[in-house]
Amino acid sequence: MAVTLHADDSDALPAHAVAGPEARRLRGARQWPSQVDRTWAFGGSTGAGATVCVVDSGVDAEHPLVGGVGRAVAIRIEGDETHVEADETGDVCGHGTACAGIIRSVAPDCELVSVRVLGEGFVGSGPALIEGLRWAVEQGFDVINMSLSTTKERFVADLHALTDAAYFRRSLIVASAHNMPVRSYPWRFASVVSVASHDIDDPLAYLRNPDPPVEFYARGVEVDVAWSDGSTLRASGNSFATPHISGICALICAKHPDLTPPEVKTLLGLTATNAVTDG
Amino acid sequence: MSGDRAAIAAGLLPGDDLHRALLRSIVDTARAIFRAQAASVFLLDAETDELVFEAVSGEGEESLVGRRFPSSTGIAGWVLVTGQSLVLDDVTADPRFASQSAQSTCYVPKCIMAVPLESGDRTLGVLEVLDRPCAERFTMAESDLLGIFAAQAAIALDLLQRSRSARRLLDDGGGDAAVLTRLAAALESAEAEDREAALALLQALERIVSRRR
Repeated sequence: MAVTLHADDSDALPAHAVAGPEARRLRGARQWPSQVDRTWAFGGSTGAGATVCVVDSGVDAEHPLVGGVGRAVAIRIEGDETHVEADETGDVCGHGTACAGIIRSVAPDCELVSVRVLGEGFVGSGPALIEGLRWAVEQGFDVINMSLSTTKERFVADLHALTDAAYFRRSLIVASAHNMPVRSYPWRFASVVSVASHDIDDPLAYLRNPDPPVEFYARGVEVDVAWSDGSTLRASGNSFATPHISGICALICAKHPDLTPPEVKTLLGLTATNAVTDG
Repeated sequence: MSGDRAAIAAGLLPGDDLHRALLRSIVDTARAIFRAQAASVFLLDAETDELVFEAVSGEGEESLVGRRFPSSTGIAGWVLVTGQSLVLDDVTADPRFASQSAQSTCYVPKCIMAVPLESGDRTLGVLEVLDRPCAERFTMAESDLLGIFAAQAAIALDLLQRSRSARRLLDDGGGDAAVLTRLAAALESAEAEDREAALALLQALERIVSRRR
């Protein structure tokens, strides 16, 4: 629906309209540089002030490469009731810790939040994923890292609605692409940033893909990652590429907190390793 | 009716030995291609929410088939639940993983490649390849190869599951049309003269049923 502008009669305006003075304020709200580069996008940013939520297997907050989490919750579903509880278990696999460690390495001063949606078996995993994402979107985190996907068609409508809600509430969802020829979600939705792997040994090398639905490639081959019980191991997969992009988005969001998800995504494209022409 | 048709089809086929042989061939080939110590296919049992060792090549092949564990446990569980493939080296660095693995399989791998087995929107299980030569750098080509193998294994697993559920239907009475399965089996073993007469009757029956459609 197109935005309609009116100079007066603001009380009668529907929610999608904006009145004259407000429109003028919006017009002048952001100054863009004549050329966007990485220095402008996230130079000097450590992620301080940005919050990144890891929707995964839980996070080992004590791991030295994670450096603590601001909050950790677990999703438990009983019948029709969803319980969001303080997570006393931590990481049931090691993967969430790996993602958190990667995000911390890129954006050292961001705040990390963990939502554990795994550990209750396969059958309940779809609803837990939906409810975990719902909680994360409601909290309004700057970035939500989803190194996971589902092929179950019955969850597609809910996932779609949630990713759209996140988009409009200025929470940027960064989601792992599937590396096999099956339909899975939410990475295929245009409202999220979708990520697959490249094998360049540089955590800040990210490539824009002119041929979506995969939109970006980030480091995802032979990455040294944090794992359970304070250990580290070497890991490969799209799910490790995704937190690299989440970390970079945290740097951008910390430096430019007023940017919307499509603006952050555009900025990623403009500053990608295969797009930078100057500087 | 689709259940009936599946049951009839299952009734005409041999047991799931051929499907098992196909899965075994897939894990043998995966193991050979990746020069790995072992390869396994796990099947999700949705009723008990467990993963079951369905086919194993290499370490543990004698003892592991049929063994079960909770569906969201460890690396296979994460891959199953999230639909993402993983390649992990130096997993023995994680003491919890090493101890879990040793307790459940008596074998502690150093490197794991794990990929979900999916058909349409159904998640069927997980393919794992253990201990490829860890000193060699993992490449994107290997990742692609793993995906191709997973697609093949998923088809075999899908066929196996469908065949088993159809056979269960047949064992439970086979639905309304089970008589057709029994009839087909009887025809196969009948004497030539009886078979000819029975077929003539069946063709007449077919004409009657088709006329009333």
